Amino acid sequence: MASHRVLPGFRLSLSYAIAYLSVLVLIPLAACLTKASSLTTSQFVAAVWSAQARSAYLVTFGSSAVAGVIDTVLGLLLAWVFVRYDFPFKRLLDSLIDLPFALPTAVAGLVYSSLYSQNGWLGQFLVPAGIKLAYSQAAIVFVLVFIGLPFVVRTVQPVLESIDADIEEAAACLGANRWQTFTRILLPSLYPALTTGFALTFARAIGEYGSVVFVSANIPFETQIAPHLIVQKLEDFKYAEASAVAVVLLVASFAMLIVINALERRSEAANSSAN
Amino acid sequence: MSIVVKNLSKQFGSFKALDNVSLEAQSGALLALLGPSGSGKTTLLRIIAGLESADQGQVMYADEDVTQQSPKDRQVGFVFQHYALFRHMTVYENVAFGMRVRKKSNAEIKSRVNELLHLVRLEGLNQRYPSQLSGGQRQRVALARALAVQPRILLLDEPFGALDAKVRQELRQWLRQLHDEIHLTTVFVTHDQEEAFEVADRVVVMRSGHIEQSGTPQEVFDHPATPFVMDFLGNVNVFHGRVENGMAMMGALNIAYPEYPHAESRQATAYVRPHELDIERIPFGASSLEVRVLQLNPAGSVAKVRVFSEQFGVALNVDLNLERYAELRLHPGDLVYVAARRVRVFMPGTQDYEI
Repeated sequence: MASHRVLPGFRLSLSYAIAYLSVLVLIPLAACLTKASSLTTSQFVAAVWSAQARSAYLVTFGSSAVAGVIDTVLGLLLAWVFVRYDFPFKRLLDSLIDLPFALPTAVAGLVYSSLYSQNGWLGQFLVPAGIKLAYSQAAIVFVLVFIGLPFVVRTVQPVLESIDADIEEAAACLGANRWQTFTRILLPSLYPALTTGFALTFARAIGEYGSVVFVSANIPFETQIAPHLIVQKLEDFKYAEASAVAVVLLVASFAMLIVINALERRSEAANSSAN
Repeated sequence: MSIVVKNLSKQFGSFKALDNVSLEAQSGALLALLGPSGSGKTTLLRIIAGLESADQGQVMYADEDVTQQSPKDRQVGFVFQHYALFRHMTVYENVAFGMRVRKKSNAEIKSRVNELLHLVRLEGLNQRYPSQLSGGQRQRVALARALAVQPRILLLDEPFGALDAKVRQELRQWLRQLHDEIHLTTVFVTHDQEEAFEVADRVVVMRSGHIEQSGTPQEVFDHPATPFVMDFLGNVNVFHGRVENGMAMMGALNIAYPEYPHAESRQATAYVRPHELDIERIPFGASSLEVRVLQLNPAGSVAKVRVFSEQFGVALNVDLNLERYAELRLHPGDLVYVAARRVRVFMPGTQDYEI
């Protein structure tokens, strides 16, 4: 087949990309599926739908969703502040937002648990007051919020920057007050970015392990998350069952990715329609 | 409703955007603020709308002092250069927005929006989004949206600046017609003198924060008050020379100048528009200038001839009507003579204008 591409090396780069993807993603995934398929259907169901597993999914998806919602609100607020106002050390603070991307999440988990545990600097005041921000579901949400925050800020910020001041001025001239301008004009323009930010945070939170194991006590039926359940099964040498739970998480993550992609496409379409 | 602006000043840092500007637009007038960029015309418009606050001075709508009012309460229609349409809303919702925030009934909104879309000739497009419209259509939606709140005055900031030449021409005429139908006091900002002259009843020429001249288009064009206005309103040829005893002497060009009867000779500058120059094959009188033909461009409603004067060391532009051009049979390199039918002389010192 004759190639009419301007740049040479299409076949080479495609083969390279596929090989790379195979080594890193496709082969491990296939291995995971193969391992899980060594179980019979009833064994599979028993592994992935036990009471403990269901509770772990609930903790994982529930706290991820709550963290996602909190991040969406906080992230919008932060993006707003960074785009709309000037203040000292703005650039420094702006770069600190990305810290969770770079910091090993286990470090965050360790710091949080030592701060908020009963003997910690802050925990010694909070725990007697009934606020348990370590070894509880609240603790899990707490670290997930930290991990996911940059996703929302970084998706909302550029969209907010692209909104011209004259849009708000037009609304004001038409008689809208600040609140009406925000809810009817600005927020609708931000919906696609906010949904994408939420979805990214949510997906990231489902996969989070490092920080959560330190702040949750990993108590089954209470604060055990699904990734920890996998580790627990591995420690019991139940490799096939561990793979089965992994497959469930895999399917969930894959579904999330599809949703994210669809939302991003919609978001792009909305942004490209700028004048 | 008339607009009165009294002694407005506005400073951005060390830049004086407006310096003690006063202005009146009579009820029902269509007024153009004309000037180069940085002349303060947009700042003035934005202060009239309340989008910017003045450091000093007053803005009145009829007898009401609105200086301290926010734009939300002023009930003005404002049209932005880049339309500023709400891109997540349909054309219908864009136009309806001002009435929605005022909590009008759906029935009222519907009839008013349809009426306005008819007025701006966009019926049938009410379910489109701004991204699906052309530039000219977007600007008409912006205008309909501004009119929907029954504004007391209409303000337009370079309304046709972002459109291509043909659409701009159409919209200009259309705006003039629209104004004749609805008689709303209108102020628009432009840097295009042709646009200002074609559309407006009155033209206000601005320069570095103050008003250089205001008047009807005819007045401003025929009697420019300053060299700046003369220069800004189109192509001019400039001659440097002196005036004495009621004569302006610009090299070989001598022109009667009764405004300066004194014997003392003074520096002066003469301005001649291209269509006020004549070309002859032979010298005529004592006041013609020998020039050499450089370029000929007869494509258009007038023939544009570019000639070079060795004496002044400058190139001049001459516009000839096409009959005259055919008569003369000019060729590049020909030696011909140029005389001015009409000259405007400005003496430095009486104005602060420098070339």
